[in-house]
Amino acid sequence: MGQDVEITDVSMCFGDVYAVRGINVHIEAGEFFSFLGPSGCGKTTLLRLVSGFMDPTKGQIKIGGKDMRGIGSNNRPTAMIFQNLALFPLMTVTGNIGFGLEVRGVPKAERIKKVEELINLVDLHGAGDRKVSELSGGQMQRVAIARALAVSPAVLLLDEPLSALDLKLRHHMRAELRNIQRRTGVTFIYITHDQTEALTMSDRVGVMSIGKLEQVSTPDVIYNNPTTAFVASFVGESNRLQGTISSMDGEYAILNTSFGSFSCKNPQHLSQGEAATIFIRPETVFLTQESNAPNLLTCNIQNLSFEGAYAVITLKTEQGQLLTMRHNNDGTAPPIKVDDHVNVTFSRENAFLLQHGGASSA
Amino acid sequence: MLDFWKNALKDLGKIGVAYIIITVGAWMVFMILIPQLIMLDYSFKPMLALRDIGGPKDVWTLKNYIVFFTNKLHMAIFFKTIWSSIIVTSVALAICYPIAFYLAKVARSARVGLLMLGLIIPYWINELLRLFAWQIILADSGIMNKLLMFLGIIADPINFRAGNEAVILGMTYAYILFMVFPIYNVIESLDRNQLDAARDLGASWLRIHRKIVIPYAKPGIAVGCTMTFMLAAGTVAAPQLLGSPSSFWFTQVINTNFECANWNQGAAYATLLMLLCVIFMFIMLKIFKVGLKELTQ
Amino acid sequence: MKSSQSIFKIVIGAYLALFFAYMFLPLIFMTIIAFNANDIPQITPWKGFTFMWFGELAKDEQMWDALVNSFIVAFSVVAISVPIGLGGALLLTRLQFKARDLLYGVLVSPILTPGIILGISTFLFWDSYMHVPGGLWTAILGQATFITSYCMLLIMSRAQRFDLTQEEAAFDLGATHRQVFWKITLPFLRPALLSSVALAFMQSFDNYNTTLFAIGIEQTLPIYIGTKLRSFISPAMNALAVVFIALTIIGAITYEYKRRREMIKKG
Repeated sequence: MGQDVEITDVSMCFGDVYAVRGINVHIEAGEFFSFLGPSGCGKTTLLRLVSGFMDPTKGQIKIGGKDMRGIGSNNRPTAMIFQNLALFPLMTVTGNIGFGLEVRGVPKAERIKKVEELINLVDLHGAGDRKVSELSGGQMQRVAIARALAVSPAVLLLDEPLSALDLKLRHHMRAELRNIQRRTGVTFIYITHDQTEALTMSDRVGVMSIGKLEQVSTPDVIYNNPTTAFVASFVGESNRLQGTISSMDGEYAILNTSFGSFSCKNPQHLSQGEAATIFIRPETVFLTQESNAPNLLTCNIQNLSFEGAYAVITLKTEQGQLLTMRHNNDGTAPPIKVDDHVNVTFSRENAFLLQHGGASSA
Repeated sequence: MLDFWKNALKDLGKIGVAYIIITVGAWMVFMILIPQLIMLDYSFKPMLALRDIGGPKDVWTLKNYIVFFTNKLHMAIFFKTIWSSIIVTSVALAICYPIAFYLAKVARSARVGLLMLGLIIPYWINELLRLFAWQIILADSGIMNKLLMFLGIIADPINFRAGNEAVILGMTYAYILFMVFPIYNVIESLDRNQLDAARDLGASWLRIHRKIVIPYAKPGIAVGCTMTFMLAAGTVAAPQLLGSPSSFWFTQVINTNFECANWNQGAAYATLLMLLCVIFMFIMLKIFKVGLKELTQ
Repeated sequence: MKSSQSIFKIVIGAYLALFFAYMFLPLIFMTIIAFNANDIPQITPWKGFTFMWFGELAKDEQMWDALVNSFIVAFSVVAISVPIGLGGALLLTRLQFKARDLLYGVLVSPILTPGIILGISTFLFWDSYMHVPGGLWTAILGQATFITSYCMLLIMSRAQRFDLTQEEAAFDLGATHRQVFWKITLPFLRPALLSSVALAFMQSFDNYNTTLFAIGIEQTLPIYIGTKLRSFISPAMNALAVVFIALTIIGAITYEYKRRREMIKKG
């Protein structure tokens, strides 16, 4: 069954360069946890630190409560699925899947049984004697998964395993991976730069940028309540209003911009006089007829584009600030056209005042 | 430094690292470096009777080298060897370049395999026997003479072995493969489209070779020439079989020294030969502007 | 355009024909002479078809001794060169260190060194300093010095294409270093290792320059041939040549046959 992974104050330097810095996160046993971030953010390094290919320069990694420092990758209760899969080309499917058992000296009969079980688990019936080079992309994926699960790992590490697959296959494999994880109860640590993947598959997501962990939370909180500017801009789309903070009020604050003052949430507890940016998701901006609604912007419609499930409306204020609105195709489309003058508003609950930097977990 | 050892142990394991250190170390130290140094040491010492070794007469001296520079005959042989080796290299290059190009770019792949085989097969037969073949052909009563006399070109048989011609001919025959392959390898990697494009733009074949193929093939040509020159200058077989006392090769001078147990003199001469080859190689590298790494045969 | 193309083809054809004639005619002559009952190796005058030179060859004890020595030396050289070449290849392809290029140069230098110098230096080292007189042992070492370099290069070119993540995956699945090497790395390198064995054997068997200076009084087959050819020439040598040629042709046919079968399998 799965074990928990505790990463405490972990940093890794290569020469003078920090690949990851000050990472703190506790991944629960049996959880599907994703590290999400652009390339170069350090997620691969972090994965390799957990798997045991290297020991961190600073900090501690515990798996199942046991300190892993000095323990090599072949002795840790982890198994990894590599980005290029790293299947053994000279062996058959059965040979690949059974490899981990073979090197542990598991007797042949038992091995054959276990491999059969796994082949069925990942839906590869009858492919046992095929050579790896004869398989399709999706099939090779499944061999890699089966091979890793064969050694009954407590933690399965996945390095962007789906990036080489085409769209449809990717969607299918996402569901499959989730299924397998639920059925086996193994802790999955998944790294990806694709936010849709991270958000749809995970119990929790850790967003990373330039070696630092920006925010760790469930997918809905990451999306709806970003706590750093990076998270707000990397995940999903955002409108940004820049200005200076004129006043604070508990959880909220008021930002002065060149086109008005707006109230918003202040999750980073920034102070008066600081420069900051309000992030607002396009789907939380609405047209309004009321001229005295809070957070009001008077705009000119620049562009209307119908994208199937929703329409994207681009607006511009007199002062040149651009805004994007998203309106679901639910039959309530307002009768607007390009060049119309309209008022839009947003709730302060959906607006986040953020500055660069500062990692926080919720 | 420590990082290096940590990485090595992680990558190869304790046994692996030990294996590599022992094998490569033994090879490098006991087979490559030390013997060379000892030969060098010998070359700087006078020829001594067994009992004198380690005694007062065992000093370093340049005598062996001075002997060479004062011996007109030996110097003449040395330069003749150089000159003849250059001829062999040039002839081989001239003959092999078209073949290499043909194999690399013109022939279709089915044919290439067969032709390659045709090239390699003669080389599976011992070098000496191949030279022997030429020995027979060029003998006084050999085919060459018989043919020339039959055609009325000459009246008396020519003694091919008197001069260097036989040796040069034999060597060219023996070392052609070493010139073809490096050039073939390089030209093979040249993108065919470049040639087609140049042709399309109206360039003549001569120009294409001069401006596109040859510059690209420089590393291969350099390697081929270096190998051929070294083989020619450093071989004993061909001169022994196809030469005569009047066309002595430098390597034979070295051999004579050894046969007379004057190892010191022989070592000195061998060192000179070595220097020659090294200098030639560097000249080749300079001319063709190639690095030392292009040696994957 | 068409006519210049066909002239071109004729010229190429002629050149190729000449070239291969140059390569093969001497060998054809050799073969013919081996069956000529003439005491002196010549094609003319033809004194009748005979197998007697083969008989004379078979009776030559010195030749058999030399042949046996050649095999002993060749097998020993293979046993030394391939493992060491493997070590060198692993070192140079997987570890990064500052002196790498320099080390590469040193290890490849035997190929660039004239054979006789390798023979001389090996002989001097073992005879004077180690008090092992010139013989099979020094011949083996002299040859191995440069044959190991060839093996190393051959194995390196294969090793460079090895995907190291396979080893990482194997480790990750719990394998020890030894298991990774025998189950993953070695199977991959096998083709190169087999080629090295073949290459080392052939180069050793055929070697003259280095062996001449390193072997002292003993003889391998090439040394024997060299001595014979310099003293008393007899068509028995032609007979030997024919044996070589026959073996080579058989070897070539087998090789080509195997290659064709592999292509059919794949295609």
